[in-house]
Amino acid sequence: MSDFLMPALGADMEAGTLVEWLIKPGDRVKRGDVIAVVETQKGAIEVEIFDEGVVSELVVPVGTRVAVGGLLARIGERAGPQPEAPAPVAPRQATAPQPPASPTAPAMQAAGGARVTPAARRRAAELGLDPAALAGTGVEGAVSVADVEAARRAAPPAAVPLAPPLALAKPSRRTGFDPAEMRKAIAAAMGRSKREIPHYYLSHTVDLHPALAWLEAFNAAQPVPRRLLPAVLLLKASALALREVPQLNGTCVEGVFQPGSGIHPGWAISLRGGGLVAPAIRDTDALALPDLMAAIRDLVQRARSGGLRSSELASPTVTVTSLGERGAETVTGIIYPPQVAIIGFGSISTRPWVVDGRVEARPLVTVSLAADHRVTDGHIGALLLSAIERLLQEPAKL
Amino acid sequence: MTEAEARAVIYDILSGIAPEADPVTVAGDEDLREALDLDSMDFMNFVVALHERIGIDIPEADYPRLRTLDGAIAYFAR
Repeated sequence: MSDFLMPALGADMEAGTLVEWLIKPGDRVKRGDVIAVVETQKGAIEVEIFDEGVVSELVVPVGTRVAVGGLLARIGERAGPQPEAPAPVAPRQATAPQPPASPTAPAMQAAGGARVTPAARRRAAELGLDPAALAGTGVEGAVSVADVEAARRAAPPAAVPLAPPLALAKPSRRTGFDPAEMRKAIAAAMGRSKREIPHYYLSHTVDLHPALAWLEAFNAAQPVPRRLLPAVLLLKASALALREVPQLNGTCVEGVFQPGSGIHPGWAISLRGGGLVAPAIRDTDALALPDLMAAIRDLVQRARSGGLRSSELASPTVTVTSLGERGAETVTGIIYPPQVAIIGFGSISTRPWVVDGRVEARPLVTVSLAADHRVTDGHIGALLLSAIERLLQEPAKL
Repeated sequence: MTEAEARAVIYDILSGIAPEADPVTVAGDEDLREALDLDSMDFMNFVVALHERIGIDIPEADYPRLRTLDGAIAYFAR
Protein backbone atom coordinates (compact mmCIF):
# COMPACT_ATOMS: atom_id res chain seq x y z
CA MET A 1 0.00 0.00 0.00
CA SER A 2 1.37 3.42 -0.85
CA ASP A 3 0.06 6.95 -0.68
CA PHE A 4 -0.19 9.24 -3.68
CA LEU A 5 0.53 12.78 -2.49
CA MET A 6 0.21 16.26 -3.93
CA PRO A 7 3.63 16.80 -5.55
CA ALA A 8 5.75 19.94 -5.15
CA LEU A 9 5.95 21.32 -8.66
CA GLY A 10 8.76 23.77 -8.02
CA ALA A 11 10.11 25.65 -5.05
CA ASP A 12 7.33 28.20 -5.06
CA MET A 13 4.31 25.89 -4.94
CA GLU A 14 2.33 25.61 -1.70
CA ALA A 15 -0.87 23.93 -2.88
CA GLY A 16 -2.73 22.83 -5.97
CA THR A 17 -6.33 22.17 -6.92
CA LEU A 18 -7.28 18.71 -8.11
CA VAL A 19 -9.29 19.28 -11.28
CA GLU A 20 -9.48 15.83 -12.82
CA TRP A 21 -8.96 12.20 -11.89
CA LEU A 22 -7.88 9.98 -14.79
CA ILE A 23 -8.18 6.84 -12.67
CA LYS A 24 -10.82 5.16 -10.57
CA PRO A 25 -10.68 2.56 -7.79
CA GLY A 26 -9.66 -0.81 -9.23
CA ASP A 27 -7.55 0.65 -12.05
CA ARG A 28 -4.05 -0.71 -12.43
CA VAL A 29 -1.39 1.99 -12.65
CA LYS A 30 2.30 1.86 -13.42
CA ARG A 31 5.24 4.18 -12.98
CA GLY A 32 4.98 7.23 -15.25
CA ASP A 33 1.21 7.06 -15.84
CA VAL A 34 -0.56 10.41 -15.77
CA ILE A 35 -3.29 9.84 -13.21
CA ALA A 36 -4.57 13.29 -12.29
CA VAL A 37 -4.62 16.89 -13.42
CA VAL A 38 -3.76 19.60 -10.91
CA GLU A 39 -4.32 23.30 -11.45
CA THR A 40 -1.35 25.35 -10.23
CA GLN A 41 -0.05 28.85 -10.70
CA LYS A 42 1.76 27.47 -13.73
CA GLY A 43 -1.44 26.19 -15.29
CA ALA A 44 -2.94 22.73 -15.48
CA ILE A 45 -0.25 20.13 -14.83
CA GLU A 46 -0.58 16.44 -15.64
CA VAL A 47 0.54 14.58 -12.54
CA GLU A 48 2.34 11.26 -12.91
CA ILE A 49 2.62 8.44 -10.41
CA PHE A 50 5.89 6.80 -9.45
CA ASP A 51 4.54 3.63 -7.88
CA GLU A 52 2.69 0.77 -9.38
CA GLY A 53 -0.27 -1.15 -8.13
CA VAL A 54 -4.03 -0.96 -8.08
CA VAL A 55 -5.92 2.14 -7.08
CA SER A 56 -7.75 1.40 -3.85
CA GLU A 57 -9.16 4.79 -2.98
CA LEU A 58 -9.43 8.30 -4.34
CA VAL A 59 -9.26 10.26 -1.10
CA VAL A 60 -9.85 13.73 -2.49
CA PRO A 61 -12.76 14.69 -4.73
CA VAL A 62 -12.37 16.87 -7.78
CA GLY A 63 -12.33 20.58 -6.97
CA THR A 64 -10.39 20.25 -3.72
CA ARG A 65 -7.42 22.47 -2.97
CA VAL A 66 -4.68 20.35 -1.37
CA ALA A 67 -1.41 21.46 0.22
CA VAL A 68 1.85 20.03 -1.11
CA GLY A 69 2.34 16.63 0.52
CA GLY A 70 -1.39 16.17 1.16
CA LEU A 71 -2.91 12.72 0.55
CA LEU A 72 -4.69 12.38 -2.79
CA ALA A 73 -5.17 8.64 -3.28
CA ARG A 74 -4.16 5.26 -1.93
CA ILE A 75 -2.55 2.66 -4.16
CA GLY A 76 -2.72 -1.03 -3.23
CA GLU A 77 -0.32 -3.90 -3.80
CA ARG A 78 0.61 -5.10 -7.25
CA ALA A 79 -1.57 -8.17 -6.95
CA GLY A 80 -4.58 -6.11 -6.13
CA PRO A 81 -8.18 -7.20 -6.39
CA GLN A 82 -9.60 -7.88 -9.80
CA PRO A 83 -11.45 -4.83 -11.02
CA GLU A 84 -14.72 -6.73 -11.10
CA ALA A 85 -14.38 -8.16 -7.60
CA PRO A 86 -16.27 -6.15 -5.04
CA ALA A 87 -13.22 -4.34 -3.82
CA PRO A 88 -12.75 -4.49 -0.06
CA VAL A 89 -12.28 -0.78 -0.02
CA ALA A 90 -12.93 1.79 2.63
CA PRO A 91 -16.00 4.01 2.43
CA ARG A 92 -16.12 5.17 -1.11
CA GLN A 93 -15.14 8.78 -1.33
CA ALA A 94 -16.77 9.04 -4.70
CA THR A 95 -20.22 8.75 -3.16
CA ALA A 96 -19.65 11.80 -1.03
CA PRO A 97 -21.24 14.94 -2.39
CA GLN A 98 -18.67 16.71 -4.46
CA PRO A 99 -17.93 20.34 -3.78
CA PRO A 100 -18.46 22.57 -6.78
CA ALA A 101 -15.55 22.35 -9.15
CA SER A 102 -13.29 25.36 -9.14
CA PRO A 103 -14.16 27.87 -11.83
CA THR A 104 -10.85 27.26 -13.56
CA ALA A 105 -11.43 23.53 -13.74
CA PRO A 106 -11.43 22.31 -17.31
CA ALA A 107 -14.39 20.26 -18.41
CA MET A 108 -14.25 16.75 -17.01
CA GLN A 109 -14.38 13.57 -18.95
CA ALA A 110 -16.94 13.23 -21.67
CA ALA A 111 -20.11 11.78 -20.22
CA GLY A 112 -19.98 8.05 -20.60
CA GLY A 113 -17.31 8.30 -23.27
CA ALA A 114 -13.57 8.11 -23.49
CA ARG A 115 -11.69 10.11 -20.91
CA VAL A 116 -9.74 13.00 -22.36
CA THR A 117 -7.11 15.07 -20.58
CA PRO A 118 -7.67 18.85 -20.65
CA ALA A 119 -4.51 19.44 -22.66
CA ALA A 120 -5.59 16.83 -25.19
CA ARG A 121 -9.01 18.42 -25.40
CA ARG A 122 -7.51 21.83 -26.17
CA ARG A 123 -5.05 20.46 -28.71
CA ALA A 124 -7.82 18.51 -30.42
CA ALA A 125 -9.97 21.65 -30.61
CA GLU A 126 -7.08 23.50 -32.22
CA LEU A 127 -6.74 20.79 -34.82
CA GLY A 128 -10.46 20.41 -35.39
CA LEU A 129 -10.42 16.80 -34.17
CA ASP A 130 -13.01 15.07 -32.00
CA PRO A 131 -10.97 13.76 -29.05
CA ALA A 132 -13.68 11.31 -28.02
CA ALA A 133 -13.26 9.56 -31.37
CA LEU A 134 -9.55 8.91 -30.84
CA ALA A 135 -7.91 5.81 -29.44
CA GLY A 136 -6.50 6.60 -26.01
CA THR A 137 -3.24 5.12 -24.77
CA GLY A 138 -3.13 6.84 -21.37
CA VAL A 139 -4.32 5.32 -18.12
CA GLU A 140 -7.41 3.19 -18.70
CA GLY A 141 -7.53 4.38 -22.28
CA ALA A 142 -7.62 8.11 -21.55
CA VAL A 143 -6.89 10.22 -24.60
CA SER A 144 -3.66 12.21 -24.09
CA VAL A 145 -1.93 14.94 -26.08
CA ALA A 146 0.31 12.26 -27.57
CA ASP A 147 -2.77 10.50 -28.94
CA VAL A 148 -4.06 13.70 -30.49
CA GLU A 149 -0.67 14.38 -32.06
CA ALA A 150 -0.56 10.82 -33.37
CA ALA A 151 -3.96 11.35 -34.97
CA ARG A 152 -2.77 14.60 -36.51
CA ARG A 153 0.29 12.89 -37.98
CA ALA A 154 -1.82 10.03 -39.25
CA ALA A 155 -4.13 12.39 -41.11
CA PRO A 156 -3.21 12.84 -44.76
CA PRO A 157 -0.88 15.86 -45.02
CA ALA A 158 -2.78 16.90 -47.95
CA ALA A 159 -4.74 19.17 -49.96
CA VAL A 160 -4.43 22.51 -48.27
CA PRO A 161 -7.34 22.55 -45.86
CA LEU A 162 -8.23 26.15 -46.46
CA ALA A 163 -11.18 26.17 -44.19
CA PRO A 164 -10.27 25.28 -40.58
CA PRO A 165 -12.39 28.11 -39.31
CA LEU A 166 -10.48 30.97 -37.78
CA ALA A 167 -13.34 31.70 -35.47
CA LEU A 168 -13.21 28.21 -34.02
CA ALA A 169 -9.45 28.09 -33.69
CA LYS A 170 -9.31 31.29 -31.69
CA PRO A 171 -11.43 30.94 -28.58
CA SER A 172 -10.34 27.35 -28.11
CA ARG A 173 -6.71 28.42 -27.81
CA ARG A 174 -6.10 28.70 -24.10
CA THR A 175 -2.75 29.52 -22.69
CA GLY A 176 -3.41 27.06 -19.90
CA PHE A 177 -2.41 29.48 -17.15
CA ASP A 178 -3.60 32.63 -15.47
CA PRO A 179 -1.00 35.38 -16.11
CA ALA A 180 -1.66 37.01 -12.73
CA GLU A 181 -1.11 33.73 -10.86
CA MET A 182 1.95 32.98 -12.97
CA ARG A 183 3.37 36.39 -12.06
CA LYS A 184 2.89 35.59 -8.36
CA ALA A 185 4.72 32.28 -8.77
CA ILE A 186 7.64 33.97 -10.52
CA ALA A 187 7.72 36.73 -7.89
CA ALA A 188 7.83 34.19 -5.07
CA ALA A 189 10.61 32.10 -6.61
CA MET A 190 12.75 35.03 -7.76
CA GLY A 191 12.23 36.94 -4.50
CA ARG A 192 13.41 33.92 -2.56
CA SER A 193 16.39 33.51 -4.88
CA LYS A 194 17.48 37.12 -4.45
CA ARG A 195 17.07 36.91 -0.67
CA GLU A 196 18.73 33.57 -0.08
CA ILE A 197 21.23 32.87 -2.84
CA PRO A 198 24.52 34.78 -2.97
CA HIS A 199 24.91 34.87 -6.74
CA TYR A 200 28.13 35.37 -8.63
CA TYR A 201 28.12 36.17 -12.33
CA LEU A 202 30.46 35.43 -15.23
CA SER A 203 30.17 35.91 -18.95
CA HIS A 204 32.18 34.90 -21.96
CA THR A 205 31.98 35.61 -25.70
CA VAL A 206 32.03 32.59 -27.99
CA ASP A 207 32.61 32.43 -31.74
CA LEU A 208 29.76 30.41 -33.27
CA HIS A 209 31.14 30.30 -36.80
CA PRO A 210 32.04 26.58 -36.70
CA ALA A 211 28.73 25.65 -35.03
CA LEU A 212 26.56 27.65 -37.44
CA ALA A 213 28.47 26.48 -40.52
CA TRP A 214 27.97 22.88 -39.39
CA LEU A 215 24.29 23.58 -38.67
CA GLU A 216 23.70 25.11 -42.09
CA ALA A 217 25.15 22.05 -43.80
CA PHE A 218 23.19 19.70 -41.55
CA ASN A 219 19.90 21.53 -42.15
CA ALA A 220 20.43 21.67 -45.91
CA ALA A 221 20.17 17.88 -45.98
CA GLN A 222 17.05 17.72 -43.78
CA PRO A 223 13.37 18.14 -44.61
CA VAL A 224 11.82 21.26 -43.06
CA PRO A 225 10.36 19.61 -39.94
CA ARG A 226 13.67 17.98 -39.00
CA ARG A 227 15.85 21.07 -39.13
CA LEU A 228 17.55 22.29 -35.97
CA LEU A 229 17.67 25.69 -34.32
CA PRO A 230 21.02 27.00 -33.02
CA ALA A 231 19.54 26.81 -29.51
CA VAL A 232 19.76 23.01 -29.66
CA LEU A 233 23.54 23.17 -30.07
CA LEU A 234 23.81 25.66 -27.21
CA LEU A 235 21.74 23.45 -24.89
CA LYS A 236 23.62 20.27 -25.80
CA ALA A 237 27.00 21.96 -25.31
CA SER A 238 25.82 23.20 -21.90
CA ALA A 239 24.75 19.71 -20.86
CA LEU A 240 28.04 18.16 -21.95
CA ALA A 241 29.98 20.90 -20.16
CA LEU A 242 28.03 20.11 -16.98
CA ARG A 243 29.31 16.54 -17.21
CA GLU A 244 32.80 17.99 -16.84
CA VAL A 245 31.79 20.46 -14.11
CA PRO A 246 29.16 18.59 -12.09
CA GLN A 247 29.45 21.04 -9.19
CA LEU A 248 27.00 23.30 -11.04
CA ASN A 249 24.39 20.60 -11.71
CA GLY A 250 22.22 19.91 -8.69
CA THR A 251 20.43 21.57 -5.82
CA CYS A 252 21.37 23.32 -2.60
CA VAL A 253 19.06 22.50 0.29
CA GLU A 254 19.77 24.10 3.66
CA GLY A 255 23.28 24.95 2.58
CA VAL A 256 24.17 21.44 1.45
CA PHE A 257 24.83 20.71 -2.22
CA GLN A 258 23.20 17.61 -3.66
CA PRO A 259 24.46 16.61 -7.11
CA GLY A 260 21.77 16.01 -9.72
CA SER A 261 20.82 12.41 -10.46
CA GLY A 262 21.52 13.20 -14.12
CA ILE A 263 21.78 16.30 -16.27
CA HIS A 264 18.18 17.52 -16.52
CA PRO A 265 18.27 21.19 -17.55
CA GLY A 266 15.13 23.25 -17.16
CA TRP A 267 14.62 24.92 -20.53
CA ALA A 268 13.27 28.45 -20.05
CA ILE A 269 10.16 28.97 -22.17
CA SER A 270 8.55 32.36 -22.44
CA LEU A 271 4.77 32.20 -22.60
CA ARG A 272 2.70 34.45 -24.80
CA GLY A 273 0.80 36.87 -22.63
CA GLY A 274 3.60 37.00 -20.07
CA GLY A 275 5.16 34.37 -17.90
CA LEU A 276 7.92 31.86 -17.91
CA VAL A 277 8.31 28.17 -17.15
CA ALA A 278 11.46 26.06 -17.23
CA PRO A 279 10.49 22.38 -17.39
CA ALA A 280 13.21 19.74 -17.41
CA ILE A 281 14.53 17.84 -20.40
CA ARG A 282 15.82 14.69 -18.78
CA ASP A 283 19.31 13.42 -19.59
CA THR A 284 19.92 16.13 -22.16
CA ASP A 285 23.61 15.17 -22.33
CA ALA A 286 22.65 11.77 -23.74
CA LEU A 287 20.17 12.97 -26.37
CA ALA A 288 21.08 13.15 -30.06
CA LEU A 289 20.53 16.63 -31.51
CA PRO A 290 17.37 15.75 -33.50
CA ASP A 291 15.86 14.14 -30.40
CA LEU A 292 16.73 17.18 -28.34
CA MET A 293 15.13 19.45 -30.94
CA ALA A 294 11.98 17.32 -30.84
CA ALA A 295 11.98 17.44 -27.05
CA ILE A 296 12.21 21.25 -27.06
CA ARG A 297 9.42 21.63 -29.61
CA ASP A 298 7.19 19.27 -27.67
CA LEU A 299 7.91 21.06 -24.42
CA VAL A 300 7.21 24.52 -25.85
CA GLN A 301 3.93 23.33 -27.31
CA ARG A 302 2.82 21.73 -24.05
CA ALA A 303 4.00 24.66 -21.94
CA ARG A 304 1.77 26.92 -24.00
CA SER A 305 -1.24 24.63 -24.07
CA GLY A 306 -1.18 23.55 -20.42
CA GLY A 307 0.07 19.99 -20.81
CA LEU A 308 3.26 19.95 -18.76
CA ARG A 309 3.88 16.96 -16.50
CA SER A 310 4.68 16.97 -12.82
CA SER A 311 8.04 15.26 -13.30
CA GLU A 312 9.15 17.97 -15.71
CA LEU A 313 8.49 20.74 -13.22
CA ALA A 314 9.86 18.97 -10.18
CA SER A 315 13.16 17.70 -11.53
CA PRO A 316 15.37 20.37 -13.17
CA THR A 317 18.98 20.26 -11.95
CA VAL A 318 20.03 23.54 -13.62
CA THR A 319 18.36 26.11 -15.89
CA VAL A 320 19.36 27.07 -19.43
CA THR A 321 17.88 30.11 -21.15
CA SER A 322 18.45 31.21 -24.73
CA LEU A 323 17.06 34.57 -25.80
CA GLY A 324 16.80 33.62 -29.47
CA GLU A 325 17.38 35.67 -32.58
CA ARG A 326 15.38 38.71 -31.52
CA GLY A 327 16.62 38.82 -27.94
CA ALA A 328 19.11 41.10 -26.22
CA GLU A 329 22.83 40.52 -26.49
CA THR A 330 23.37 39.29 -22.94
CA VAL A 331 21.29 37.89 -20.12
CA THR A 332 22.29 37.84 -16.46
CA GLY A 333 20.17 35.11 -14.94
CA ILE A 334 18.54 34.65 -11.56
CA ILE A 335 18.91 31.15 -10.15
CA TYR A 336 15.70 29.15 -9.72
CA PRO A 337 15.88 27.72 -6.19
CA PRO A 338 16.93 25.19 -5.07
CA GLN A 339 19.12 24.93 -8.17
CA VAL A 340 22.64 26.33 -8.02
CA ALA A 341 23.20 27.73 -11.51
CA ILE A 342 21.58 29.23 -14.59
CA ILE A 343 23.32 29.39 -17.97
CA GLY A 344 22.20 32.13 -20.36
CA PHE A 345 22.77 32.70 -24.07
CA GLY A 346 22.14 36.11 -25.62
CA SER A 347 21.13 36.62 -29.22
CA ILE A 348 23.67 35.69 -31.88
CA SER A 349 25.07 38.75 -33.63
CA THR A 350 27.77 39.29 -36.24
CA ARG A 351 30.67 41.32 -34.85
CA PRO A 352 34.37 41.87 -35.49
CA TRP A 353 36.50 39.06 -34.06
CA VAL A 354 40.20 38.39 -34.31
CA VAL A 355 41.09 35.11 -35.97
CA ASP A 356 44.78 34.28 -36.52
CA GLY A 357 45.78 37.91 -36.10
CA ARG A 358 43.19 39.27 -38.53
CA VAL A 359 39.85 40.91 -37.91
CA GLU A 360 36.93 38.98 -39.36
CA ALA A 361 33.14 39.26 -39.16
CA ARG A 362 31.97 36.37 -37.03
CA PRO A 363 28.65 35.31 -35.44
CA LEU A 364 29.20 35.71 -31.71
CA VAL A 365 27.16 34.79 -28.66
CA THR A 366 27.63 35.90 -25.07
CA VAL A 367 27.30 33.00 -22.65
CA SER A 368 26.61 33.93 -19.05
CA LEU A 369 26.53 32.03 -15.81
CA ALA A 370 24.90 32.97 -12.54
CA ALA A 371 25.86 30.51 -9.81
CA ASP A 372 25.42 30.02 -6.07
CA HIS A 373 28.48 31.16 -4.11
CA ARG A 374 27.54 28.88 -1.21
CA VAL A 375 28.39 25.94 -3.46
CA THR A 376 31.11 27.05 -5.90
CA ASP A 377 33.48 29.89 -6.67
CA GLY A 378 34.10 31.78 -9.88
CA HIS A 379 36.93 29.46 -10.85
CA ILE A 380 34.52 26.55 -11.24
CA GLY A 381 32.11 28.79 -13.15
CA ALA A 382 34.86 29.81 -15.55
CA LEU A 383 35.69 26.15 -16.20
CA LEU A 384 32.09 25.60 -17.25
CA LEU A 385 32.05 28.54 -19.66
CA SER A 386 35.34 27.54 -21.22
CA ALA A 387 34.08 23.96 -21.65
CA ILE A 388 30.98 25.30 -23.43
CA GLU A 389 33.20 27.35 -25.73
CA ARG A 390 35.42 24.37 -26.52
CA LEU A 391 32.47 22.06 -27.20
CA LEU A 392 30.89 24.57 -29.58
CA GLN A 393 34.08 24.61 -31.69
CA GLU A 394 33.52 20.93 -32.57
CA PRO A 395 29.80 20.82 -33.37
CA ALA A 396 29.96 17.46 -35.13
CA LYS A 397 30.72 15.87 -31.76
CA LEU A 398 27.69 17.33 -30.02
CA MET B 1 -1.90 28.38 -55.62
CA THR B 2 -3.44 31.83 -55.95
CA GLU B 3 -2.47 34.85 -53.87
CA ALA B 4 -5.82 34.67 -52.05
CA GLU B 5 -5.26 31.01 -51.18
CA ALA B 6 -1.74 31.68 -49.98
CA ARG B 7 -2.94 34.59 -47.86
CA ALA B 8 -5.70 32.47 -46.29
CA VAL B 9 -3.28 29.68 -45.35
CA ILE B 10 -0.75 32.14 -43.92
CA TYR B 11 -3.40 33.94 -41.84
CA ASP B 12 -4.71 30.65 -40.55
CA ILE B 13 -1.27 29.41 -39.47
CA LEU B 14 -0.35 32.72 -37.86
CA SER B 15 -3.56 32.89 -35.89
CA GLY B 16 -2.72 29.47 -34.48
CA ILE B 17 0.79 30.55 -33.46
CA ALA B 18 -0.18 33.99 -32.12
CA PRO B 19 -3.80 33.47 -31.04
CA GLU B 20 -4.14 36.81 -29.30
CA ALA B 21 -3.09 38.81 -32.36
CA ASP B 22 -5.01 39.44 -35.57
CA PRO B 23 -2.74 38.82 -38.57
CA VAL B 24 -5.12 40.78 -40.79
CA THR B 25 -3.91 43.96 -39.11
CA VAL B 26 -0.26 43.32 -40.03
CA ALA B 27 1.04 45.45 -42.91
CA GLY B 28 2.31 43.59 -45.94
CA ASP B 29 5.89 44.78 -45.55
CA GLU B 30 6.10 44.49 -41.77
CA ASP B 31 8.43 41.92 -40.22
CA LEU B 32 6.05 39.25 -38.93
CA ARG B 33 8.40 38.41 -36.08
CA GLU B 34 8.21 41.96 -34.78
CA ALA B 35 4.54 42.52 -35.54
CA LEU B 36 3.34 39.30 -33.89
CA ASP B 37 6.17 38.88 -31.36
CA LEU B 38 7.31 35.55 -32.80
CA ASP B 39 10.40 33.98 -31.26
CA SER B 40 12.77 31.63 -33.08
CA MET B 41 10.65 28.60 -32.25
CA ASP B 42 7.42 30.34 -33.35
CA PHE B 43 8.98 31.29 -36.68
CA MET B 44 10.25 27.76 -37.17
CA ASN B 45 6.77 26.41 -36.45
CA PHE B 46 5.39 28.87 -39.01
CA VAL B 47 7.76 27.54 -41.68
CA VAL B 48 7.05 23.91 -40.73
CA ALA B 49 3.30 24.55 -40.93
CA LEU B 50 3.64 26.21 -44.34
CA HIS B 51 5.63 23.23 -45.54
CA GLU B 52 3.07 20.75 -44.22
CA ARG B 53 0.01 22.62 -45.49
CA ILE B 54 1.30 23.65 -48.89
CA GLY B 55 3.49 20.62 -49.45
CA ILE B 56 6.57 22.20 -50.97
CA ASP B 57 10.14 22.12 -49.74
CA ILE B 58 11.46 25.40 -48.35
CA PRO B 59 15.28 25.63 -48.30
CA GLU B 60 16.61 27.32 -45.19
CA ALA B 61 18.22 30.00 -47.34
CA ASP B 62 14.71 31.10 -48.36
CA TYR B 63 13.47 31.66 -44.79
CA PRO B 64 14.20 35.42 -44.89
CA ARG B 65 11.71 35.74 -47.77
CA LEU B 66 8.97 34.45 -45.46
CA ARG B 67 9.45 37.17 -42.86
CA THR B 68 6.79 39.48 -44.31
CA LEU B 69 3.27 38.78 -45.52
CA ASP B 70 4.04 40.17 -48.97
CA GLY B 71 7.19 38.07 -49.21
CA ALA B 72 5.49 34.88 -48.08
CA ILE B 73 2.49 35.33 -50.36
CA ALA B 74 4.77 35.98 -53.33
CA TYR B 75 6.80 32.90 -52.41
CA PHE B 76 3.86 30.52 -52.58
CA ALA B 77 1.64 32.18 -55.17
CA ARG B 78 3.52 31.07 -58.22
